[in-house]
Amino acid sequence: MKLSVSGLAVARSGRSIFSHLGFTVNAGEALALMGPNGSGKSTLLRVLAGLLPSSAGTIEWSGGQEDVPLSEEAHYLGHRDALKPALTPIELLTFWRSLLGRTALDPSTALERVGLAHAAHLPSAYLSAGQRRRLSLARLLVAHRPLWLLDEPTAALDQASETMFGALVADHLTRGGLALIATHAPLPIPTRTLSLKGAS
Amino acid sequence: MSAFWALIRRDLLIAMRIGGGAGVGLVFFLMLVTIMPFAVGPDLVLLARIGPAILWVAALLATLIGLDRLFQADEEDGSLDLLRMANLPLPLVVLAKVIAHWLMTGLPLALAAPFLGLLLAMEPQALLAVTLTLLIGTPALTFIGATGAALTAGLRRGGLILAVLVMPLMIPVLIFGISATSAALGGPVPFHTPFAILSGLGLFALVTGTISASLALRASES
Repeated sequence: MKLSVSGLAVARSGRSIFSHLGFTVNAGEALALMGPNGSGKSTLLRVLAGLLPSSAGTIEWSGGQEDVPLSEEAHYLGHRDALKPALTPIELLTFWRSLLGRTALDPSTALERVGLAHAAHLPSAYLSAGQRRRLSLARLLVAHRPLWLLDEPTAALDQASETMFGALVADHLTRGGLALIATHAPLPIPTRTLSLKGAS
Repeated sequence: MSAFWALIRRDLLIAMRIGGGAGVGLVFFLMLVTIMPFAVGPDLVLLARIGPAILWVAALLATLIGLDRLFQADEEDGSLDLLRMANLPLPLVVLAKVIAHWLMTGLPLALAAPFLGLLLAMEPQALLAVTLTLLIGTPALTFIGATGAALTAGLRRGGLILAVLVMPLMIPVLIFGISATSAALGGPVPFHTPFAILSGLGLFALVTGTISASLALRASES
């Protein structure tokens, strides 16, 4: 599997966010997106997830399932964690598992992996910021999607959870997955780095 | 297809846990109907004659309650982003959400209508006709409203704009709902003529509402 992007440009309400962006990510590789605030890291991830249109350039995805758009081959973890305060973590994961398709781990195993097994039947409203983040990470495990688009995944995570996150991504990469991770902090796994400078 | 049912199940579960929507809509419906006799006076003949119209207008207004949250809640917490990337086409996502919303708001209204009709001294035949037309009419109203809800999903105070946007579009449903009811009470037109048109409007709203709401959701991001 391979993701190649060339000449990508994105403009939001007439203002150019970035242009002439090109990079390639191969199976088993992680790419860290670095850059100052407003340089377009989140925008790039949203464009790749199919949530925002690009104004020029091509995004090529090869080696995935046939006739499946990139947005259905990718997991997106954004700033907003898509949690419903009224539902329990186990209910949320069961829901996303059937919605995202290509089921992988069952919800309780996924919660164990992120260290939330004890909170499985608590309403999500009671979770702390770090626990909400870990629940979002568990979502990546319940459905199999080869491309992970992660927007500052380690924000609000403690030291131990950061190590756990590193292990999850490393595991995903050894199985031939790809990851694009927007971050300000150094990641607990070896990655290549793409620097976004932002439009001047 | 399991994704479709999972989405309906989730929305019903949330609606039941946090309350609000269904219960409040029903109470609002009840209050609108009970204040009418105070407004028009204790004239039973008059009440029985305008009863179907009161029930229909009240149901239309009650449908608008909570409609602004149809997509907004998912927009705010980021669920909508994930739903757009789900293994389910966006129109089906819209369809599932609208069905769940109708089950929690429109269906209770239609089922409560015959009991509230008693407060308005309506004939048994009129009660039956109003219930039938509301069962067909409220899903049509919800589907029409879905487009407005999708357009205002990103607005923090979209409730009133939503009502202004969709109410004119609901007028045809109202007209044929009420004319079917009055046809059931006798008149030159048989019941099934306006009722068939009402059902047609419902099917039309189902198709156009689902598609236009998903187009509006897609456009709102760019």
